[in-house]
Amino acid sequence: MTTGQDVRLGADIGGTFTDIALDLRGTLFSTKVLTNYAAPEQAILDGIEIVARDAGIAPAEIDIVIHGTTLATNALIARRGARTAFVTTEGFRDVIEMRTENRFEQYDLDIVLPQPLIPRQDRFTVKGRIGAQGQELQPLDAAALEEIAARIAAGGFGAVAIGFIHSYMNPAHEQRARDILARVLKLPISISSEVSPQMREFERFNTVCANAYVRPQMADYLLRLQERLKGMGLTCPVFMIHSGGGLVSVETAAEFPVRLVESGPAGGAIFAADIARRFGLERVVSYDMGGTTAKICLIEQFQPQTARTFEVARTYRFSKGSGMPISIPVIEMIEIGAGGGSIAWVDAMGRIQAGPESAGSEPGPACYGHGGTRPAITDADLLLGKLDPDNFAGGQIRLSVADADAAITRDVGTRLGLAPQAAAFGICEVVDENMANAARVHAVENGKDIAENVMIAFGGAAPLHAARLCEKLGIERCLVPQGAGVGSAIGFLKAPFGYEAVASQVMRLSAFDAAPLNTLLARLRDTAMGFVRSGTDGEILCEVTAFMRYAGQGWEIPVPLPDRAFAADDRAMIEQAFRARYAQFFGRAVEGLEIEFVTWSVKAQDTRPEGAKYPLTLAGTPIVAGESRAVFDPATGAEQPTAIVARDTLAHGARVSGPAVIVERETSTIVTTRFDAVIQADGAILLVRKGAAA
Amino acid sequence: MSQIDDIRMQVMWNRLISVVEEQALTLIRTAFSTSVREAGDLSAGVFDREGRMLAQAVTGTPGHVNTMAEAVPHFIAEIPRAEMFEGDTYVTNDPWKGTGHLHDITMVSPSFKDGELVGFFACTAHVVDVGGRGFGADGKSVYEEGIQIPIMKFAERGVVNKDLLRANVREPNQVIGDFYSLAACNDVGHRRLVAMLGEVGLGNLDELAAFIFARTHAAMMERIAALPKGTWANEMLTDGYDEPINLAARVTIGEGNVHVDFDGSAPVSRWGINVPIIYTKAYACYAIKCVVAPDIPNNSASLAAFSIASPGNILNAERPAPVSLRHVIGHMVPDLVLGALAKALPGRILAEGAASLWNVHISVRPAAGQAGRRAEVLMFNSGGMGARPGLDGLSATAFPSGVQTMPIEATEQTGPIVIWRKELRPGSGGAGQYRGGLGQVIEIAPAEGHEFDFSAMFDRVRTPARGRDGGGPGAPGRVALDDGTLLRPKGWQHVPAGRRLVLHLPGGGGFGDPAERAPEAKADDRLKDYVTDAPE
Repeated sequence: MTTGQDVRLGADIGGTFTDIALDLRGTLFSTKVLTNYAAPEQAILDGIEIVARDAGIAPAEIDIVIHGTTLATNALIARRGARTAFVTTEGFRDVIEMRTENRFEQYDLDIVLPQPLIPRQDRFTVKGRIGAQGQELQPLDAAALEEIAARIAAGGFGAVAIGFIHSYMNPAHEQRARDILARVLKLPISISSEVSPQMREFERFNTVCANAYVRPQMADYLLRLQERLKGMGLTCPVFMIHSGGGLVSVETAAEFPVRLVESGPAGGAIFAADIARRFGLERVVSYDMGGTTAKICLIEQFQPQTARTFEVARTYRFSKGSGMPISIPVIEMIEIGAGGGSIAWVDAMGRIQAGPESAGSEPGPACYGHGGTRPAITDADLLLGKLDPDNFAGGQIRLSVADADAAITRDVGTRLGLAPQAAAFGICEVVDENMANAARVHAVENGKDIAENVMIAFGGAAPLHAARLCEKLGIERCLVPQGAGVGSAIGFLKAPFGYEAVASQVMRLSAFDAAPLNTLLARLRDTAMGFVRSGTDGEILCEVTAFMRYAGQGWEIPVPLPDRAFAADDRAMIEQAFRARYAQFFGRAVEGLEIEFVTWSVKAQDTRPEGAKYPLTLAGTPIVAGESRAVFDPATGAEQPTAIVARDTLAHGARVSGPAVIVERETSTIVTTRFDAVIQADGAILLVRKGAAA
Repeated sequence: MSQIDDIRMQVMWNRLISVVEEQALTLIRTAFSTSVREAGDLSAGVFDREGRMLAQAVTGTPGHVNTMAEAVPHFIAEIPRAEMFEGDTYVTNDPWKGTGHLHDITMVSPSFKDGELVGFFACTAHVVDVGGRGFGADGKSVYEEGIQIPIMKFAERGVVNKDLLRANVREPNQVIGDFYSLAACNDVGHRRLVAMLGEVGLGNLDELAAFIFARTHAAMMERIAALPKGTWANEMLTDGYDEPINLAARVTIGEGNVHVDFDGSAPVSRWGINVPIIYTKAYACYAIKCVVAPDIPNNSASLAAFSIASPGNILNAERPAPVSLRHVIGHMVPDLVLGALAKALPGRILAEGAASLWNVHISVRPAAGQAGRRAEVLMFNSGGMGARPGLDGLSATAFPSGVQTMPIEATEQTGPIVIWRKELRPGSGGAGQYRGGLGQVIEIAPAEGHEFDFSAMFDRVRTPARGRDGGGPGAPGRVALDDGTLLRPKGWQHVPAGRRLVLHLPGGGGFGDPAERAPEAKADDRLKDYVTDAPE
């Protein structure tokens, strides 16, 4: 680590709130400020003022600022990017428009496919073709490119993207095209072999287009932010958190802004990973439930699960295939339309459905009394007694049980002939079941059994639903950490300097040739180390992963391999590693089939000093609650007298037996009849299933 | 407390759908066949102990899903209960009891809980090879089309019958790999089901099945009651193999039932484009369901509201008719049925589209005297979908099939070919107030020093997609070499070294009078070159 990082600041710009967390030599100060869409940096400055005052320091004393933002994501969702020209291989003008040629919903004949990020009239094609092995099949038409440059110059564009077929195997044409265009154009130019050198043209082209599309806006924003920070006396370095959960310099972020997509949720996963490390939990599922969505991430050996591609801006009920693919290293999460504001309704079969439509913060759930009339998950939680109407969000909003009751009765209860409480129970059961199903399917896609994990729950709505979710998933232990409301911003403070470089190179294992692989890996290592070195002078560790499959399959699995040069006799070792990994995913390896490499990744990150470690406190001393009220219990399907306990009255080792509600300023933790809660050394609440090994 | 029980049933219904989704995903992740792993040509479902389908995976294609629903009762009829054991898996590729051709393998596994048979899991996938003449229309009977696997045990009490296939297929490793994938995915479903029943304290599926079927049945009856009653007919000409083939349907909407009769369709063909009725029914039901009840989950109760009849003909071809390419005509069934429904529900039904997928199977090899490699390459491509009332048709999008295309970068890694063009085909969408979806143009050449043969299985070359309510037809397809030589739309043909195969995929029909098209939409069409000034 660089020196002088006693005062660290994390800033997370989200859709509704901008969260600020300040770590002053181990003591945490945090605040939430409404996000300012016109001038996003203003909310950060306002938040810094607040936490600096609370901490009793001057802003100039801050040693490092770590920033994550959904601005890039929002620009893609709302289509508020630069007018971008896309230059591509002749014959492939429509790759980003034709997508995968299928319908993301089988029975709805009126679906509308997402519009391509760059419309057809702004896509230019040029002769020149690289083959599947990287060989040149047709030379690049330089004269035609000069003509295209003139048209772009005259066309009022703000950015340029270049994507050629097979450029991940050979980037020469893309580089040359960039040089030719740059001689004429004073515009930022992104090329696909740098932004995302992975096989599969739709994903790669869309990624380079997205990068170019958000680049002018993000570069402007980052410049303004740095100037404004300097203006308030912050001269310390500013780093950005990227989608893979590591830190990069502001300069890198301005050049590759697509890597900032989903950086906020990545912070949440790092937050959970840090807690996992603190308690030595090797298999964790993080569960982050806010106002509009729930996000679930698998964390193994304190490292969040990562992927090389994901889908952003889904347009149809969060359905797979209804958004746009972005191929960059990313912390892999499943996101579903299930948050406190998700609207409940009844379908044609008389089945209760929840989400993905959300009441948002305006008008909000019916119980907010801000004009919302349709029932949201929060209304159901309130009706079941899970929330205290007089003490929600620290007493800032008084919740109306009558309004929640009316909305649920009208839209669900009357329709199905259910009493209000039964209807509310139904709504919660459905949303919990949806989350459980999503988590289970996500786990199976990664070859994991979800029940073996410890859950870490954060975000405003998660503690209300976590225990029931654990019951459905067969999970026996769940942690609700302190500071859960600003989890992502705290996560930023824990993020390592890290960067993952990825490139495709298809090779059969039977034709294993170490030399080209070593060249490729050296290049990836240099790229990744270069980014990390710009932020730290500490020790850097590299992880090498090969993405492999049986030849003929369409899905590669990640195979971790040693970080060293390979020799010819490593073939057997690699085959063994692949077979073991395959068996882990799918039960058993298959005999007698060819194995091949498709893509390689090198992830570099600095090593971190280990934080304090605690064992889980499982037994605890039972405490007797003074207060009690009736709360609906899902397992028994009836109201139960339930203990009400204030979280800040509970000391380390206190044990609260379910059913109970542990209340705090931001939220409440529900302890169902099947669980007990034990307070941990750091103040976290551990939900532990009754009768589980203590 | 029955209200609460009701909600619990609902939640378990959701869980069942999630269980079969896991089952399908396991299959995709492990399958070898390109059509399964890249294109989603599969299905997975859970059945009660009487063989009624309770839930199906959302992932999958209609031709498989609805046929599989019919297949499971055949297994129950042929394998006595006394011979079913824990760890068993049954298999068939019988076109008349499975999914319509030999390339599709259907596997069914009984699910036991505490020694009691509680239900079945079934799944289907298209495998690379089944021996015989390969995937094409040239077999004179099903006996020439490959190995026939009658309903039999693939595994008994967990022990696999290993000798079944190896000597009979061209790519034994991959095909056997796929068999294991199918069996494994049923096993995943079984484990999740048993865990679910344990969690909620149920001994079997009977109560849940009754709940699912009652709810679905009531919803279907409500939807059908809202439809006009009567009988409407439609006919549609398709290319056929060597002569045009007429398809005919009469749709009768009655009390609580929609019935389709295919009497009047062309007789059985000499070529392998015949369709077993199980597959005809699958796509007829799919089309009706899209119109009547798109949001109602697919299960035996939703399918029971539809019935199908046909005398022996190309849409009800009986054994031993050749059926390898049954999808080419089968994919036309929805447009045929929707045309009749359009008369019952004027203004509500989309125009005809490209319908049949333009799949290309390429067999590439070094040209005489040249070094190089041999490979089999399979591509899935789609033409334009018909215009919808209120919306343009989707361009280059599969309908009715649920499959997707593969990246050309991945396709070129599988064999020595170069795809020089794969982009939208301007001017191919039928004119209308709402424009038909565009087809696409594909140019494929053998890599230098190579040549290839390809199996053409294309339609809508002689008989383009018709528009609806005044909309114009989509452009017909075209199969040629880059020197202008016209090729046939069906059968094996040759592309010499140095030449390119050029495919023009058909566009979808338009909807409504072209004069009514909004000026902004017209301007956008011109701006994006979706239309051309001169007809092609």
